[in-house]
Amino acid sequence: MNGLYENEMRLEFASKSNNEAFARITVAAFASQLDPTIEELADIKTAVSEAVTNSIIHGYENSEGTVKIISKIFANTIEIEISDTGKGIENIELARKPLYTSKSNLERSGMGFTIMESFMDEVSIESVVGLGTKITMKKLIKKQEHQEDEKELDMAELGGR
Amino acid sequence: MNSVFLERDKTLLVEITEEIDHHTTDKMRRKIDDDITRYMPRKIIFDFNKVSFMDSAGIGMVIGRYKMMNMLGRNNTDEKC
Repeated sequence: MNGLYENEMRLEFASKSNNEAFARITVAAFASQLDPTIEELADIKTAVSEAVTNSIIHGYENSEGTVKIISKIFANTIEIEISDTGKGIENIELARKPLYTSKSNLERSGMGFTIMESFMDEVSIESVVGLGTKITMKKLIKKQEHQEDEKELDMAELGGR
Repeated sequence: MNSVFLERDKTLLVEITEEIDHHTTDKMRRKIDDDITRYMPRKIIFDFNKVSFMDSAGIGMVIGRYKMMNMLGRNNTDEKC
């Protein structure tokens, strides 16, 4: 395959909770072209699920809206951008804190951003109160295949000599 | 999700069979709370063996049941992974 592989997809869906599974499975399917391990795929799915859930319950507060996902692949890094035009985050610093939740009455664990940050390599949050929120996450998918190929090559060379 | 109440041990056994997210926890929460008030178990055992996906909503759901059991004066919520 040629050097730098690039690809992009866009997805828009209604802010309904039953679309959470649809969103994470779709992004995982798109990410699968990078040959991620099951673990890396689970990390991506969980991070997407957290961001989409945030948009639905915090951004739109369960009212109607549209959640937008743009995902890009550069070489072996996947970038996922999840945005909404909901109410926005007042204090991003506070929202990022583990165990902090603005909706404690709803039994939220307050681990959303913490999970995104620990499962992805890079997470950035842009938010304007009243306009919406955009989360951009990046993850490098480590290529195991190449290592195996090299190993096989070594073996072949050894066998030849 | 399946739940069984074991009368002899006063234990509620909850086996979760679907993916756990914000959408599915709503239904689970209702069913488990219903079972708790109906059977007044002394202990809940969650079986996550068949769970293929869980996000922070699952943590919230388990902690919520734990708090509810404490409030009712019961002592234990176990997780079996």
